[in-house]
Amino acid sequence: MVELKLTDYKADKHPDWCPGCGDFGILSALQMALFELRLDPSQTVVFSGIGCSGKTPHYLNVYGVHTLHGRVLPIAQGAKLANPHLAVVAVGGDGDGLGIGTGHFVAAGRRNVDMLYILYDNEVYGLTKGQAGPTLGLGEKTKSLPKPNPQGRVNPLLLAFASGYTWIARGYAYDVKSLKELIKEGLSHKGLAFLHVLQPCPTYNDLHTKEWFAPRIYRLQDEGYDPHVPEGLPPEELDKKMAQFQEKAAEWGERIPTGIFWKAEVPTFEERLKAYLPRYPEVYPALGQQEPLDLEGLLKEFAL
Amino acid sequence: MDDFTWRVGGPQGGGIETAATLFARAVGKGGWWVATKREYHSNIMGRHSYLDVRLSRKPVASFRDRVDFLVALDGETLARHLGEVREGGVLLYDPKVLDLTVHKLPMLDHRVAEDLRERLGREDPSLREILQAYVEAGVQPLPYPFEEVADRIGAELGVPSLQARRTLNTIAVAASLHFLGFPLEPLLEALALQFRGKVLELNQSVAQAVYREEVPKLSFQLHLNGYEPGRVYLTGAQAAALGKLAGGLRFQTYYPISPATDESTYLEAHTAFTGADVAVVQTEDEIAAVTMAIGAALTGAKAATATSGPGFSLMAEGMGFAGMIEAPLVVTLYQRGGPSTGLPTRTEQGDLMFAIRGGHGEYPRIVLASGDLLDAFLDAQKALAWAWRYQTVVVHLLDKFLASTGQILPQETLKPLALDGERRLAPKEGKPTPYARYAPTEDGISPFAPLGTPGVFYWMTSDEHDPLGHITEDPVLREAQMEKRMQKLLTARKEIPLADQYTLFRDGEVLVLGFGSVKGTLLEALDHLEGVGYLHLRLLWPFPEIAHLLEGKRLVTVEHNYSGQLADLVQQETLKKVHHRVVKYNGRPITLEEAVEALKAVKRGQAPGRIVLRKGV
Repeated sequence: MVELKLTDYKADKHPDWCPGCGDFGILSALQMALFELRLDPSQTVVFSGIGCSGKTPHYLNVYGVHTLHGRVLPIAQGAKLANPHLAVVAVGGDGDGLGIGTGHFVAAGRRNVDMLYILYDNEVYGLTKGQAGPTLGLGEKTKSLPKPNPQGRVNPLLLAFASGYTWIARGYAYDVKSLKELIKEGLSHKGLAFLHVLQPCPTYNDLHTKEWFAPRIYRLQDEGYDPHVPEGLPPEELDKKMAQFQEKAAEWGERIPTGIFWKAEVPTFEERLKAYLPRYPEVYPALGQQEPLDLEGLLKEFAL
Repeated sequence: MDDFTWRVGGPQGGGIETAATLFARAVGKGGWWVATKREYHSNIMGRHSYLDVRLSRKPVASFRDRVDFLVALDGETLARHLGEVREGGVLLYDPKVLDLTVHKLPMLDHRVAEDLRERLGREDPSLREILQAYVEAGVQPLPYPFEEVADRIGAELGVPSLQARRTLNTIAVAASLHFLGFPLEPLLEALALQFRGKVLELNQSVAQAVYREEVPKLSFQLHLNGYEPGRVYLTGAQAAALGKLAGGLRFQTYYPISPATDESTYLEAHTAFTGADVAVVQTEDEIAAVTMAIGAALTGAKAATATSGPGFSLMAEGMGFAGMIEAPLVVTLYQRGGPSTGLPTRTEQGDLMFAIRGGHGEYPRIVLASGDLLDAFLDAQKALAWAWRYQTVVVHLLDKFLASTGQILPQETLKPLALDGERRLAPKEGKPTPYARYAPTEDGISPFAPLGTPGVFYWMTSDEHDPLGHITEDPVLREAQMEKRMQKLLTARKEIPLADQYTLFRDGEVLVLGFGSVKGTLLEALDHLEGVGYLHLRLLWPFPEIAHLLEGKRLVTVEHNYSGQLADLVQQETLKKVHHRVVKYNGRPITLEEAVEALKAVKRGQAPGRIVLRKGV
């Protein structure tokens, strides 16, 4: 492939996000990560759900698929399974992934398809003018809510863990450099990587603002946290890893951790498919029919 | 006898399906053509289930009202099927059930028990009394103690009772065929198709033992019909699955649902065959099933999903997405009784309008319906080819009746079709550049570039978009894209051969219109009717131009739903009045006699505008 510049990954399309939106940071980090990994734009796909975050693919010069509200994961998984050579990133907001799309979020964890899912978490439904998102805490009242939030918060990291995600991390939209590194690591992870990104919404979330986050955010790796869970770890070691994960994943308030929380080696869905598709992934669905169908052979069991 | 129906009834999970398959294969080995109808409850074990095997000297795809030979493997069958066996027909039953009463049949619906009480004038009729009612109706009772026979044969062969009783189905089939004077050899061959090793040996020995016993000769006998090789016996779900394979399917998704699942599990089980390596994914729900299939299709993989009514409802949004981004997608819809959970294991054609119109907004979709098993095999191929030709959603309508119906077909008819017409962008070299995927074209079809096509990239969005696939709300671009997409429907109607749109099987002053699984019954009904024609619709959307065929005819629709959805559609699209709507919505397929009777009344000018068919157990 021809050598590409960082700007080659940027589409000729002006983002229509609000000034100061965390989405800009995520977009920059993503653009840099794609560039630094030297990904071929024609072999890379960014899928998105619906909402402000859903517009991300339109601002990148790679294949972009802006899908339906809550359905980005099944669509991205379908594409990755059908063509395992594609580099696949799925992005979506907290409402998209953990509101309308929760079932898919959980099921994706059970499969472990080799791709990266980035969840933009600003705790509100921005595009519909600031309703409570599934990550907004109970009793919290952001500015366009008429009353405090009567529903509780789901913890994306713990849910990802319970669902079986094999790489779980958190980034912060205004720490673009660290975020870029997390995206690169997530894309390089073999299996389904989940990257939770804390992202202020300057228009509708007046509680968890840039100013609120700044003193609280810290990086796990600065405190010697080791997320790696090697294959075949003895049960007592695994228990310790899980306890460590749980403690950090639940930490919220005075201090908010970012970085990689969990990194496990588990067979991917592609590897599991091989059990009944012996020629997969060498022969994968996107290649189309490779050999004529043995219809005669198939009909033998029905012959009289 | 040229036409014969054998029915076996018993508790679900007790192997009566195995029995029916064995019977069908045995008579098939004896040269007969066969169609097998399966009626069962949404239940794992214990509820009543029955199958009809209809034999004919020529290929057959419909079923009769009256049974010639009923095998009642339990008491409930004896009770439920009173009135189903024709005068002079035979009832094979186990005498041990005779002391039971209707009250002691826990799975019998109260409505049926009430009917029996009324009919027999007894508070709690016994099965002995019900048997008497069969006899009074001219049915010949044949007591046959299935379990005792199993134990006796087991003892002869030195096999424990428990093991011997596992061959009850073989005993029931062997006894039926023996009573009918049918030779043993085809049955032994059929057993060899069904079983292997020691199980085969045991079942063959059991069949031989049944045949060694003297039985009274019946007034009618079943002879060989001249064996011809090159025939296959399969079900509609299998035919559709094979059609998908022949059409180049590479990716199938599904969420378990009756009666659609059989197709997907068949595909899952046969991936080792050359050219059949389909990635089959069981998803978390039908929303994921349809969207995951779309994701796969975007990479260039021929992808499909199969579902039934409730799942199809969940797919409505995903289908609209495929329509919007011009993704090729096949949705195989096995209709069942609705609304809501409805009748999960019974047949209906109640989703016609939903298949054509369901979902928000407008996008081009193609809807075709199969009339029988061969159609299912061929249509599955056409559905895939059209989805890729027109880069849109194709809904392939089947129903529970077709899914579970078994039929013997000449193997040579199951041939892959040579269909193509896909328009794809050729890969490019050099630095990837944006591709105007949605640039309008005259026929609405623009070259499809699967994700991963080298040298290009572009965007797709569920929003309205510009030629590059970027979001737009511009009125001019909106019009251009809407017109581009909808133009594909006009192109499809122009390009799809008329033979794939409809078949006028016979013309007549009374013209019957039907779609889907009524085909077999209506075609056979024509043999019993004069001045009645049949126009079978294969393509339901875009709706074929048929108005000229309806000119001056007395029009009748025959369909499995309450309101007469086909009649509405025909009227809307042709501006011709449908004079009679023959409908059936009790979940049971229309029988030959029902169709003939209704159409004769229409022909005589004695029929109302709405005729409801109500037969079925």
